[in-house]
Amino acid sequence: MRRERETPKQQQQQVSYTVEHLVAVNPYNPDILPDLENYVNEQVSSQTYSLDANLCLLRLYQFEPERMSNQIVARILVKALMAMPAPDFSLCLFLIPERVQMEEQFKTLIVLSHYLETGRFRQFWDEAAKSRHIVEAVPGFEQAIQSYAIHVLSLTYEKIQRPVLAEAINIEGLSLDKFLEYQAANSGWILEKGHGRGQLIVLPQNEFNHPELKKSDADSVPLEHITRIFPILG
Amino acid sequence: MATNYDYEEAPATYDEAHRQDLGYDPNFVPDSVKSLVVHLYRHIREKNVYEIHQMYEISFQTLSDRLFKDTPWPSVDAVAHFVDNDQVFCLLYREMWFRHIYARLSPTLKQRIDSWDNYCSLFQVVLHSVVNMQLPNQWLWDMVDEFVYQFQSFCQYRAKMKNKTEQEIALLRQYDQAWNVYGVLNYLQAFVEKSNIIQILEQEKEGLEQFTATDGYDYSGGSNVLKVLGYFSMVGLLRVHCLLGDYQTGLKCLLPIDISQQGVYTSVIGSHITTIYHYGFANLMLRRYVDAIREFNKMLLYIYKTKQYHQKSPQYEQILKKNEQMYALLAICLSLCPQVKLVEETVNSQLREKYGEKMARMQRYDDEAFAIYDELFSYACPKFITPSAPSFEEPLVNYNQDAYRLQLKLFLYEVKQQQLLSGVRTFLKVYSTISLGKLANYMEVDDPTLRTILLTYKHKTHAVDSEGKVISNADVDFYIDDVRKTFSLCKYLCAAEKMCFKLPCVLYNFIAADTDGIHKQLWTNLRLAFQVTLLQDMIHVVESKPVKRYGDYFLRQIVKLEGVINDMDRIKLD
Repeated sequence: MRRERETPKQQQQQVSYTVEHLVAVNPYNPDILPDLENYVNEQVSSQTYSLDANLCLLRLYQFEPERMSNQIVARILVKALMAMPAPDFSLCLFLIPERVQMEEQFKTLIVLSHYLETGRFRQFWDEAAKSRHIVEAVPGFEQAIQSYAIHVLSLTYEKIQRPVLAEAINIEGLSLDKFLEYQAANSGWILEKGHGRGQLIVLPQNEFNHPELKKSDADSVPLEHITRIFPILG
Repeated sequence: MATNYDYEEAPATYDEAHRQDLGYDPNFVPDSVKSLVVHLYRHIREKNVYEIHQMYEISFQTLSDRLFKDTPWPSVDAVAHFVDNDQVFCLLYREMWFRHIYARLSPTLKQRIDSWDNYCSLFQVVLHSVVNMQLPNQWLWDMVDEFVYQFQSFCQYRAKMKNKTEQEIALLRQYDQAWNVYGVLNYLQAFVEKSNIIQILEQEKEGLEQFTATDGYDYSGGSNVLKVLGYFSMVGLLRVHCLLGDYQTGLKCLLPIDISQQGVYTSVIGSHITTIYHYGFANLMLRRYVDAIREFNKMLLYIYKTKQYHQKSPQYEQILKKNEQMYALLAICLSLCPQVKLVEETVNSQLREKYGEKMARMQRYDDEAFAIYDELFSYACPKFITPSAPSFEEPLVNYNQDAYRLQLKLFLYEVKQQQLLSGVRTFLKVYSTISLGKLANYMEVDDPTLRTILLTYKHKTHAVDSEGKVISNADVDFYIDDVRKTFSLCKYLCAAEKMCFKLPCVLYNFIAADTDGIHKQLWTNLRLAFQVTLLQDMIHVVESKPVKRYGDYFLRQIVKLEGVINDMDRIKLD
């Protein structure tokens, strides 16, 4: 039984190895276009991601616009959105012709990206709810955006109020309680009682929300420079 | 391939400018040209790299200026018999011949196509046969550079379909492989692979190979042509990818070259500038402003110190142009990411002179500011191309601006998203702590909006580098804490000199009653912070102070002292 289940996964891994290999050694080749398209679909279904392969495909679409598939492009963009805070979404847009970007589904995706880039999480979740067909086509979307939201909040807040967090990750009530417990157990979050207002969540300290932890490497001297005076030091 | 290009057969109707009236004889070879060609051929056969360089760089230019100001050089057929009809030399000569056309005249469509054929033949020879030459790096760089330039020029030309004649359209349809984007990219990629340059550079780090140390030249009797073409093709690939708008892949192609060090890319000024210019531009579009600023700063300083040595060179004008463009890009980067500490004094003063006023206006983020961002970007950006073949359907349109317009639009979109950050920065510089409500008041927005602005500030100033790590490029930073109760009021107040004042309303009244001198300053601050409402989120500002670099200073002094001691040892006292 185990061997049977492993073979399709192994096959999948082999496929992804082959595609990555193609992208590395023979990227400027119109024949690999179908493989790259399949790879996008595979990324969606297996919740993996490869920016290089997707950029390669967008380039090929640029070279031969008549072969472009809007559906595949939309999926690439959703995957790129999930990769935030990396700027992958913009990188993909640079390669998509303007007239394609004017289409309805792409305009929606650009608006979603805009909300995420400018920290407008409430508007983002509202808009995403209206465009379920686009975002629900890609599994793992919600978790990826929540992960990004937490990342930005961790950069900004040492302590955050419960309603602010709830709005950013779009979880409320009992689900939020469960989520917070999980984070407290696994990611070092501390739940405090705020004064009469509700919960306060203390986010793990990092160099961005806790200045004392900021490493000062301004005065560190690289080893190569020290080696220059070894002869003198004797 | 196309060796029998007979210039007299080129119909004049192809040429829009009608400048090449054949008012000269392509078969006439002046003595000076004959002499140049014969000597150059001999030097190439004898591998006298220095002489080749002199003839290539100086003699060729002098003759062009003197005899061929606005006419082509003699045709390759006219000079072939002086050089034993050597196939490779003829290909090299033709490459220079076409380059001259592009530089001084205006190429016809047929000439563009023939130039492509010539590159194909030349590159095939280098890739698939054993070439036993050593050519100067300048020449090899110029070949790659010109190859990409002609590709860019062809795409721009082809995209202007509106006024094309019937013959031109027919030729375009017939020779659809000429300057095909796949062909261009695959040749550059082929050079990188066939030369094994990536492995050579890797092995050089471990001391198993010599490449950079010899400037790419081969002192063991071999040829440097394939290796150096492979090396420069990496820069060529970076350039092509930037023209296509694919900055990520462009930077990936450049990765094997370590730009924090000297290398073969710095051995030719043109290559050095092109590399850094495109590296910086790609990082700008990737929002890695700090990386872009660092490299632009180094390059501009280098040009400042060395441009006098290039005054006589044919690349001088290009050097100056790229210099100006990089200043414009640096102005943009610093307006989006004010990290003035990264810019050296000389460069900074030049920058203030050229763009000081514009930078001040850009940071105001009003309509005028966007116009200036537009202006600088348009001036300094590469000439983006649309790589796909044109549509021959009626009506014929010009689409040569499409690529540029898209990149500009996306760039300005990013600038717009950063619009409110400048205001936040100003306030953060003034306050060490400020409550969310107060800041919202000053910025005339409501609390939730301010929260989104602060999140945007954090997101935009913390870029993700090539390894996925988050780095802050903010000069002024902050974090938000919540109001905390504290019981030991007096002790706390004394210690709170540069810390946050976090006090609930219960204690507010207590402090109001305490107007003791010791706490007077703290009391004023508290009052300011808590004027509007109570139980506020507090923003704590963290400003990075410049740290004195003692390490470097000590190292320099140690070396200096050692030098003085050695000098003293050498003195012989009678």
